[in-house]
Amino acid sequence: MDLVLVLEWTIKAAVILMVFVVLGAAYLTYFERRMLARFQVRIGPNRAGPFGLLQPIADTIKLMFKEDLIPEQADKVLFIVAPIITVIPAMILLAVIPIGPEVWGINLDLAADINVGVLYIMAVASIAVYGIAIAGWSSANKYSLMGGIRATAQMISYELALALAFVGPILLTNSENPMSVHEIVRAQQSLWFVVLQPVGFLIYMMAAVAEINRAPFDMPEAEQELTAGYHTEYSGLKFALFYLAEYGKMLVVSFIGATLFLGGYWGPFVNQVPLLGPVYLLAKVVVLLYFIVWLRATYPRLRYDKLMAFGWKFMLPLALLNVMITASVIVLVGG
Amino acid sequence: MNPFEFLRGLWTTFLNFLERPVTYQYPEIKRPVRERFRGRHELKRYDNGLEKCIGCALCAAACPADAIFVEAAENTDEDRFSPGERYASTYEINFLRCIFCGFCEDACPTEAIVLEHNYELSYTDRRSAIYGKDKLLVPVPEGGQPTPMKVEPGSFDRAVPEMEDPT
Repeated sequence: MDLVLVLEWTIKAAVILMVFVVLGAAYLTYFERRMLARFQVRIGPNRAGPFGLLQPIADTIKLMFKEDLIPEQADKVLFIVAPIITVIPAMILLAVIPIGPEVWGINLDLAADINVGVLYIMAVASIAVYGIAIAGWSSANKYSLMGGIRATAQMISYELALALAFVGPILLTNSENPMSVHEIVRAQQSLWFVVLQPVGFLIYMMAAVAEINRAPFDMPEAEQELTAGYHTEYSGLKFALFYLAEYGKMLVVSFIGATLFLGGYWGPFVNQVPLLGPVYLLAKVVVLLYFIVWLRATYPRLRYDKLMAFGWKFMLPLALLNVMITASVIVLVGG
Repeated sequence: MNPFEFLRGLWTTFLNFLERPVTYQYPEIKRPVRERFRGRHELKRYDNGLEKCIGCALCAAACPADAIFVEAAENTDEDRFSPGERYASTYEINFLRCIFCGFCEDACPTEAIVLEHNYELSYTDRRSAIYGKDKLLVPVPEGGQPTPMKVEPGSFDRAVPEMEDPT
């Protein structure tokens, strides 16, 4: 029995987390390039395979055969460990996201049902900043160091708003385990939380975009100022890992947003056809991803001090206010 | 920070998203170049098939990149390549050096070398970037004869043709 359990976990971990996140991140680069191209009235990659669908595979193969450079002055151990520390959190974050309901004994609910799911998300998401900071420091390059420091400051600032945005759905979930992601999704069967928490959803999206270092908050890798920021000195597969982490996090953040605010796998006829659950979830994720790419195509990068001011003086008070009002209304109305 | 302006920005990019891409799918669809575009050189012929190039090497002298090499040889009425006394027995352009300035075209007294519209130049090694007469010379026009040709003595004595008055 133990062996079967171990096998089950291994399959879940390997198939759902590793393969899905790696493939998802790879094809997310394709999705982003195509969408971004359309925003700029171009076509985008369409040569490798039908509609350019083999482009991510070609890119991966190219990166695998690139020379793997380690700078002479670099701290070798940390230099090698940094991309791993960055990529693992992005991969394991999906473990608590439920992808479908349990109906008629068919269990599409492969995810781990832990009673502190939201805390798990917060905790694991914060680990990635270590990887980026270590990568910046160990490269022995001033641009990398600047990128690492910026990433640290930015992520710490926006994590507060992100955590406070999570409080809304937790408060609204009327259950014994309101921190469990499963309970939050089940509570949204009749009404998505985005309707009750529009401000919370906006705060979450903004903080999430800042958390994953994407435009307009891509301060740690600002090309014009820092060449490539914390991954300036990285090449080959190590660079590919950073890339994977960045796009993996983008994917994961969209999954979390869809789960906590957009009703997760719920949609019409999910109770009759449980297989529709993952389809709905994926559709919501794609919409959020499109929104993130849209943001990148629209806004220029914020100046660094404005970014911090925005985080501390606007996002955090707004998030606190949102929590206070939500809590008061729940107490007054009676949840 | 006016939130309305943020939404207007998003709307602007979204309108762009709906537009038709302006991309030319290059190898399948080629944009025509301008009439005076300076692409790969061609060595021209007269209508009867004689080469215009007389091997004077003025193009090589004018070339700022030193990309052209010309070696001249004597014409005879038995083996005539071009009008006049001499023709280019070797004519080489190194396209790794050439900057496509068109000075050779300006220097040429017989309008033999012309920069045409071919811009699709690629080589796999340095040797193949040097184009000789075999590649530069245009094919014999219809009604002409290939060079060297046997001609009546005294019929092609003048090296530089009578030019039309440009005005």
